[in-house]
Amino acid sequence: MSERIGVYVCHCGTNIAGKVDIDEVVEFAKGLDDVTLVREYKFMCSDPGQSLIQKDIEDGLINRVVVASCSPLMHEKTFRNVCTRGGMNEYLFTMANIREQCSWVHVDADKTTDKAKDLIEAAVRRTRLQEPLTKREVPINPRTLVIGGGIAGIQAALDLADAGKKVVLVEKEPSIGGHMAKFDKTFPTLDCSACILTPRMVSVGQHENIELMSWSEVDDIGGYVGNFNVTVRKKARYVDADLCNGCGACWEKCPGTRVPRKGNVHEKLSLGPTTSIYMPFMQAVPAIPVIDVETCIRFKNGKCGICAEVCERNAIKYDMEDELVEFEVGNIILATGFQTFDPTPVKRYGYGKLDNVMTAIEFEIMNCASGSTGGKIRMADGSEPKSIGIVHCVGSRDKHYNEYCSRVCCMYALKYSHLIKEKIEAEVYEFYIDLRCFGKGYEEFYDRLLGEDVRFVRGKVAEITEVPIEEAEKGKLVVEVEDTLVGTLRRIPLDMVVLCTGLEAHESLPDVAGLCSVSIGKDGFVIEKHPKLGPVATATDGVFIAGACQSPKDIPDTVAQASAASSAVLSMITREKIEIESATAEVDEDKCSGCKICNTLCPYLAIKYDEEKGVSVVNEALCKGCGTCAAGCPSNAISAKHFEDRQIFAEIEGILSA
Amino acid sequence: MKYTYYPGCSVKSTANLYQESIDAVVSDMGVELEELDDWNCCGATAYMSVSELMSFAISARNLAMAEKFHRDVVTPCSACYLVLNKTNRYFNDYPEVRKKLGVALEAGGLSYSGNISVRHILDVIINDVGLEKIAGLVSKKLEGLNVAPYYGCQIVRPMYYGCGASEENEEGFDDPDDPVCMDRLIEATGATCVKYSMKTKCCGSSLMGTEEKQALKLCRGLLADAENNGAHCIVTICPLCQLNLDIFQPKVNSLFGTKFNIPVIYFTQLIGLAMGKQPKELGLERLAVKMTGPMKQILQGA
Repeated sequence: MSERIGVYVCHCGTNIAGKVDIDEVVEFAKGLDDVTLVREYKFMCSDPGQSLIQKDIEDGLINRVVVASCSPLMHEKTFRNVCTRGGMNEYLFTMANIREQCSWVHVDADKTTDKAKDLIEAAVRRTRLQEPLTKREVPINPRTLVIGGGIAGIQAALDLADAGKKVVLVEKEPSIGGHMAKFDKTFPTLDCSACILTPRMVSVGQHENIELMSWSEVDDIGGYVGNFNVTVRKKARYVDADLCNGCGACWEKCPGTRVPRKGNVHEKLSLGPTTSIYMPFMQAVPAIPVIDVETCIRFKNGKCGICAEVCERNAIKYDMEDELVEFEVGNIILATGFQTFDPTPVKRYGYGKLDNVMTAIEFEIMNCASGSTGGKIRMADGSEPKSIGIVHCVGSRDKHYNEYCSRVCCMYALKYSHLIKEKIEAEVYEFYIDLRCFGKGYEEFYDRLLGEDVRFVRGKVAEITEVPIEEAEKGKLVVEVEDTLVGTLRRIPLDMVVLCTGLEAHESLPDVAGLCSVSIGKDGFVIEKHPKLGPVATATDGVFIAGACQSPKDIPDTVAQASAASSAVLSMITREKIEIESATAEVDEDKCSGCKICNTLCPYLAIKYDEEKGVSVVNEALCKGCGTCAAGCPSNAISAKHFEDRQIFAEIEGILSA
Repeated sequence: MKYTYYPGCSVKSTANLYQESIDAVVSDMGVELEELDDWNCCGATAYMSVSELMSFAISARNLAMAEKFHRDVVTPCSACYLVLNKTNRYFNDYPEVRKKLGVALEAGGLSYSGNISVRHILDVIINDVGLEKIAGLVSKKLEGLNVAPYYGCQIVRPMYYGCGASEENEEGFDDPDDPVCMDRLIEATGATCVKYSMKTKCCGSSLMGTEEKQALKLCRGLLADAENNGAHCIVTICPLCQLNLDIFQPKVNSLFGTKFNIPVIYFTQLIGLAMGKQPKELGLERLAVKMTGPMKQILQGA
């Protein structure tokens, strides 16, 4: 049976028709081999446009379709569905992009029209050689893995668990809670962080549908959407979780020191016990301590054993070892969060060299009522500061470090001013570039601060130095700054300086992202599926993102994204099955020499070596049809379905024919 | 180790004591400096802010003439180091600059392909000669001498762009905010390097000729920090820094009522002293602020 190709040319309003002569293109297409029908329409993607194509297929006029319109990224799926509805295999359809790659980017109308013709001829020649492929479906395991137990992971896990779905929550620290557990107050409402977080942490710990693996890390992830095989390493805690009741006798008696007991107030900052056996903070979930082997006397020289002696339940187990746990899940939510920028490389701010220059996270812990200072703001020597400077954008909006805005610093800096004014009588300076108070209630909070006698200086701090010039500067930290509102250079002597360090993707993210085959952008954060329309999904089906692993976020945005991610997972689970791509790679076993080059090339880890047969085998469920293996195979043994050599060559010939 | 030497105008005049000390120490280190024939002014940092392109053109002539020797160009002056490196960078990074400079050079019968590496003599002594070799050359350990290491503001700027980068140090030959290489060198002579927070701060530079009071204020800060940290002398690598801090030290004292008496010497003079050279050989007798007091005692005792 001869091929009957239908060509549909879209005007896209004036987007295409404004530059491309549609009539000329239509006449040209009519003259191409095997083209039996050519139609043009103002908006091919509209309902009547789609119906045109569907009806022609149903009427038996055509058995292959070319749509000349926009980018396949935009509407390939739309037109594939039209073909399926009309009863034609969707892989017999080809799209010619005469908008993004043609009418939008060229100036000369005649040449643009000629290019549109070339692109259509290429599509026609290609579609003639395309093969029908069958869609396949795989079942979806209803259990979900959430990586990271900060507020993002907590929210996502609770949403899924409350919907009756099983969740495994993996957290690498001894307790869930993440950064939010270190905060005293949250902006702009000044809610007590612990009061709103702790109940959720407890819910996670108690939920029948959540399996919490704290002090654990994901070791390996295999499989594919709906059917991931996960290996988690449960790190040795040296405390038996089934026996321990969190009474605290062990850390009360422990002679080891995890946080130095000598040293100044800032060096001794800590939320939980400073001993070697410790809980990270008192509201920890699970409320089970862990031994820090780096400082534990028992692990250093075998000479202690006090914690085991005082434990009435015999829960201390020095011989505990890491344990590998394997299980299956259908979807994964990445919620690895952030770490704060280390300001040590910014030498001119003197962090690490000058006493009383501290980071934001240290200042948070100092303000936290359950911290080592009991929430009191103190200088390194223990006295109360009379003046404090807050330096914005440290490591953010700075081409030497991170170019992006960390989004939360302006607001937490304002929160600091408020907390300082509330607690002590000190002069407060905010050194800012711009104040970005964009969220709900944020501008109002800034406005409130303007009435709280805080000095706002617009300018990027050049240096923090201890070298005095004037008498008044002796024994102080001097902040050198260009005050761009006044238009002058200023030297401001202060007792203490807080560096508002920016947010960075967590250092563990590249490893975890690698396990999930998710890409990291140049800013270090996960690349989402689409910056606007796919902010919780990733390029890997079944892997979703929540919170600061995608970009710096405040708590409300993190919680919103976490709920969005869990809802995306729920939608997957509810479907029970998922269609997977048919345009995959195929190995010709007769040609394969078993060199394994493709095994390492595959970015989706979809190719495995079959020892028995001595050839490489593609796991079709994992394959994305990217073609890397086909291009890399030295024996020409791999072909990419739907992207076969003869199809590509026909397309090239079409472009070059005119 | 042979290099093309670009002295710059300072060491040929006001800073000739720098040149004398360089001559006195480099041959023992196995360093051969062959002066570039017919070199001209680097373009100077002051001129660069008046006419950048002209400044680049003047600078590029030196680079073009040096290229045929296929050796690194070495300069003792931080301003020359900065300007020559800046010209090199703009020449290589901006096609429009490269084009214009090509035309200018062609008028003088020259051409340049952008392949010259311009290095400071500090970089060469630290990285090519090496601290071990320097320590081996020390015959008179300068024990007890407290030294403030003063790098000045110009040498650190090319560091931001990775100048002097090597396989061991991809970032550049030192940290632009907190350089430490000369600290190590000072320690290799047996002297003690004191904490010196002002090590990369500006000395006032050529402002001394136009806004003297402002420049003197900057010098005061540098001298005060050295004195507060117990330095017996300041060691520098830049002719202009040395000039300002040394010659104008009495003027700082009379303007601000201070009593600074801190010798300001070149790092090559310090090395020379440790190598047992005579002060006269190193040009040290021509300092404005003489090596009296503790420094003299330590040197005599050593």
